[in-house]
Amino acid sequence: MTEADRLRYDVLVIGAGPAGLACALTLKREKPELSVAVLEKAASLGAHSLSGAVIEPAWVDRLLPGWRDDPLDIQVPVSRDRFAWLSHGRAFRLPTPPQMHNAGNWIVSLGALVRRLGAAAESAGVEIFPGFAATQPLWDRAGALAGVRVGDLGRTREGAPGPNFSPGVEVRAGVTVLAEGCRGSLSRTLIRHFGLDQGKSPQTYALGLKELWQLPPGRTVPGSVLHTVGWPLPTDLYGGGFVYHLDRDRLAIGFVVGLDYEDPDFSPFEAFQQFKHHPGLVGLFEGGEILSAGARTLIEGGYPALPTLEMPGGLLVGDAAGTLNVPKIKGVHMALGSGIRAALHLIQNGGPEGFDQNFRHSEAGRELWRVRNIRPGFRAGLWVGLANAAVETVTGGRVPWTLTNADDWRSLKPRGPVPRPHRRYRTRILPPADRLAFVDLAALHHEENQPVHLQVADPALCVSQCSARFGNPCTRFCPAGVYEIVTDAGGSRLQINAANCVHCKACDIKDPYELITWVPPEGGSGPNYANL
Amino acid sequence: MAPMKILVAAKRVVDYSVRVRLTPDRTGIASDGVKMSVNPFDEIALEEALRIRERGEATQVVVATVGPPEAESQIRSLLAMGADRGIHVETGRETAPLEVAHVLFRLVQEIGPGLVILGKQAIDDDCGQTGPMLAALWDRPQATYVSKLTLSEGRVQAVREVDHGLETVELVLPAVITTDLRLNTPRFIKMPDIMKARQKPLEKRPFDGFGLDLPRLTVEAYLPPPEREAGLRLESVAELVTRLHDRGVL
Repeated sequence: MTEADRLRYDVLVIGAGPAGLACALTLKREKPELSVAVLEKAASLGAHSLSGAVIEPAWVDRLLPGWRDDPLDIQVPVSRDRFAWLSHGRAFRLPTPPQMHNAGNWIVSLGALVRRLGAAAESAGVEIFPGFAATQPLWDRAGALAGVRVGDLGRTREGAPGPNFSPGVEVRAGVTVLAEGCRGSLSRTLIRHFGLDQGKSPQTYALGLKELWQLPPGRTVPGSVLHTVGWPLPTDLYGGGFVYHLDRDRLAIGFVVGLDYEDPDFSPFEAFQQFKHHPGLVGLFEGGEILSAGARTLIEGGYPALPTLEMPGGLLVGDAAGTLNVPKIKGVHMALGSGIRAALHLIQNGGPEGFDQNFRHSEAGRELWRVRNIRPGFRAGLWVGLANAAVETVTGGRVPWTLTNADDWRSLKPRGPVPRPHRRYRTRILPPADRLAFVDLAALHHEENQPVHLQVADPALCVSQCSARFGNPCTRFCPAGVYEIVTDAGGSRLQINAANCVHCKACDIKDPYELITWVPPEGGSGPNYANL
Repeated sequence: MAPMKILVAAKRVVDYSVRVRLTPDRTGIASDGVKMSVNPFDEIALEEALRIRERGEATQVVVATVGPPEAESQIRSLLAMGADRGIHVETGRETAPLEVAHVLFRLVQEIGPGLVILGKQAIDDDCGQTGPMLAALWDRPQATYVSKLTLSEGRVQAVREVDHGLETVELVLPAVITTDLRLNTPRFIKMPDIMKARQKPLEKRPFDGFGLDLPRLTVEAYLPPPEREAGLRLESVAELVTRLHDRGVL
């Protein structure tokens, strides 16, 4: 490798999401002489960003003064805020939990917010590189993190250099900030390497699916926010839906399911589509058109599962660490806040040391601590979970215990002993008809002839054990239909349609044998979400 | 051989992976949050120009675009690919092929290139007219839909993809070339080159400064293609025959 192939920065940020860009922008504003770069695996900024998103605006006000007067592609003040339990045929309004009150909050597109933050960061002098995926850590002689290796471009399926092969470069940095979002591949490597999760509760996740609709005129109430629990989920499955009315006859609808579910036959995609067909909702969509759709996992372990946020040469921010506030169902303000805090810490202290304690004692850290027991409470089902949430909220989390999570990959029950629940699913009429049509709405770009980025440690086990025991749940939990069991003359085998992958990371989390590892494909691969 | 310059023309378009959609009022293409890219055929044009320069057959590659201020990011990525300098003719409105051809003709008169390479068409409006119009304004030979290009002694040999197969033509330079898909595979952009591209000269000029007063087409309406009706799944041949009878086909 020649000297020209190495790039060196004072601070290197992995991931151009809210946490990473808030960190980079703050660093450059507070200390312009620092050299700061951001690597992003998406082809353009915001293209892999997917969130509800109802956000608390305080940190945005700080980072982007004047943003309220120059609206993002989607930016609507919350005007109405409802919480409902759905039965198969009806909706019952429940009192909105205090954390879910949204007065003063905004519905935005996270993708649009990320593009705006990116533009601000670039004009502040941050170098942003979309289309470049960080694949491996680099170490210094003392064993500290010293930057990353960017993945090669132009390798063939078999891994050999292709005709336009371009080897990845090494990017070295004094401090590397991991801001990859939920289940970041490099963050995961580093959390393991440095044992950052030792002594913490196992992490737990959810999978969210979302569609952005253009509806016929007059059906929306701009700023109206609805969150639901109940149908089509059984009460032992944590999750729910959201319906956000936007301006210009647009509407965002989505569904989130806890990945600690037990039923191997459960399909998050089907649950989302069923949710749209609830009698209280289906009428909204007829004659409408889907503008964009996608899926992404959420990190829900909260304070008990929060890894140590610092390591030699690096630190974790946002959902790469797991700062999402589950009861608020909000992560953007925490991501922005943790990114800003990390930047200020690096400027004051010159390095990552002490950031973990700094964050935990901050207002954001205390916010997470107060709600630490709410998500685990739902492991006992919806109603116990809601009751526990009420107690935790009234006491402000000042109870003498801390509940823990379990690993999501362990939660599936074998097919036999669990009676298949009767779900009373409806015949669907709304698009998308199936997961292929859903994936089509994600505007995927993926060079087919590249190495498969979903690495299965032992594909033989899929048919020798998993088929009989769990019925290959990967063929159902993947919202993009990446995994298929195909049977031909040679018997059954796992087929991986890697080009369908929307980078949600559910397979890396939920596969019951922990065989699947998600690694970044060629930079620039993956979805091109338009304002999700 | 005298030092030769190559002019490459490129357009900012909706990325090919995006399913194009009309705005709700059907006055145009929805662009909110939609990924924009360099027209893929124009990347092929630049790749070919860079290969000619790398073989020592040209000394400088200039890339030009006519487009909105945001097109700067496309021209920067072409500079990162390897173009030596850029010209960004800025306009807030859609431009027609004839207007772009006139702008390029002015640039040709200024720069004096031996070769102008363009994509065979832009993937948004699929006109395929800008290259031929430029050749006509300039009164120089042209080869369109080119899948192989060889330079020698002030001439260029071009293999064209035509309906009945391949056609080989030889042109006297200077000339206009438009590229087809099979001409080459564009290189990936390297990170260090992105930084170098920030230092490369990029000249911005207002489109209005060209003082063009040309007849323009007006788009009256955009319509999505008609939706195909769902098919029917029938149980038997007999049922098929009955259905065809009912519709008066048999």
